[in-house]
Amino acid sequence: MASLRDLRRRIKSIKNTAQITKAMQMVASAKMRKAQMAAVAGRPYAQLMNEVLSAATAGAGEFSHPLMEQREGSRRAVILITTDKGLCGALNTNLLREAGRLEAGNTVFVTAGKKGAQWAARLKRELGAEFLYKDTPAFADARAISKFAQQLFLEGKVDRVDVLFTNFISTINQRPELRPLLPIGKLHKLEAGVGGENAAATLEGTGREYQFEPAPAKLLGDLLPQYVNYQVYQYLLEAKASEHSARMVAMKNATDNAKGIIKDLSLEYNKLRQANITKELLEITSAAMAMGN
Amino acid sequence: MAVLKLEIVTPEAKVYSEDVDMVTLPGVEGEMGIFPMHIPLMTQIAAGEIVARKGGQDFFLAVGEGFVEVTGDRVAILTDMAIQADDIDETKAEEARKRAEARLAEKLNDEETATVQAALLHSLTQLNVKRRRRS
Repeated sequence: MASLRDLRRRIKSIKNTAQITKAMQMVASAKMRKAQMAAVAGRPYAQLMNEVLSAATAGAGEFSHPLMEQREGSRRAVILITTDKGLCGALNTNLLREAGRLEAGNTVFVTAGKKGAQWAARLKRELGAEFLYKDTPAFADARAISKFAQQLFLEGKVDRVDVLFTNFISTINQRPELRPLLPIGKLHKLEAGVGGENAAATLEGTGREYQFEPAPAKLLGDLLPQYVNYQVYQYLLEAKASEHSARMVAMKNATDNAKGIIKDLSLEYNKLRQANITKELLEITSAAMAMGN
Repeated sequence: MAVLKLEIVTPEAKVYSEDVDMVTLPGVEGEMGIFPMHIPLMTQIAAGEIVARKGGQDFFLAVGEGFVEVTGDRVAILTDMAIQADDIDETKAEEARKRAEARLAEKLNDEETATVQAALLHSLTQLNVKRRRRS
């Protein structure tokens, strides 16, 4: 049976843990909001890009670009966006389970985040490159990843590129999803902001006649890589928002559990304390009675 | 008098949004000046400086490569990087340039070279804009 002192120690240590998890929960919720704000801040950019894209596609007529080339081969690259740190519930486990289902033989992984790189190394999957991205993803991070993927595709090393990331559906619900990135099929309207299923809307023209300088085909050719970069950026933000909300929920659970344990232990501690007092009283009275004889 | 609304947006934020009288852009096929009532135009810009004239005063901005949509009353610029001349920290930009050049000197693979070169271009643009304004 645990002594009073042991119980006191355990209660104290669990209280400390609860304090830490509570703090982590607060930090995660603040960071989640920040990631959501960052995604929303890109909205004017997305809108403008939509306008330029629709005008350029309308002006270019029949158009083909190396990034749009559909190929028969089965080799593919997967951009795997994971977190750097753990303590975020089942997020990475779910994501990597999906990654594990992909065929090992013809899939090259391009990882963003440490967990994905560790996973690929541990399972001896083919690792094309590993990238890191900051806690608040910068566009430059996304551009580096996207450029690498585009190069793999253009050099013919892979026939398609997909992105595996955690989609932020709501604060308590995140889902790993595999989305195609290259070749660019139909151009979709870009959406800024995380959350929801955001069904890809198609581009709609502004109905204005534009002059082009340089020619629309050239302009569109230079615009497409940017379009891909921006998509990767949105995926990064989405993954970040998911990470922080998953961590927030995981830490909330941890805090609740710690509180439960503290309650149980306190009860046991008080019971033991009372039992000790009763025992002492009993000893004193029985001693007194023996003396009184 | 008609004014132009100059908007500069990057993926991270809307950097600049003001009514101006005239804009000079570093187009890929040479510099171009845009006045209000310009015909609708789609064009591409190279890294360089944008001059916005407003009430007889010039404002300078450093931008990266990007795309421009011009309509009669609006110039919208889509770019990776944009920074106002007053906000450019010269020592920081200089440091960034040195860092990029040092990394370029190391043996790098292709992707890294491309990234570093982009970084170098950005810091050089900022430095050029800043220095020209002072002299």
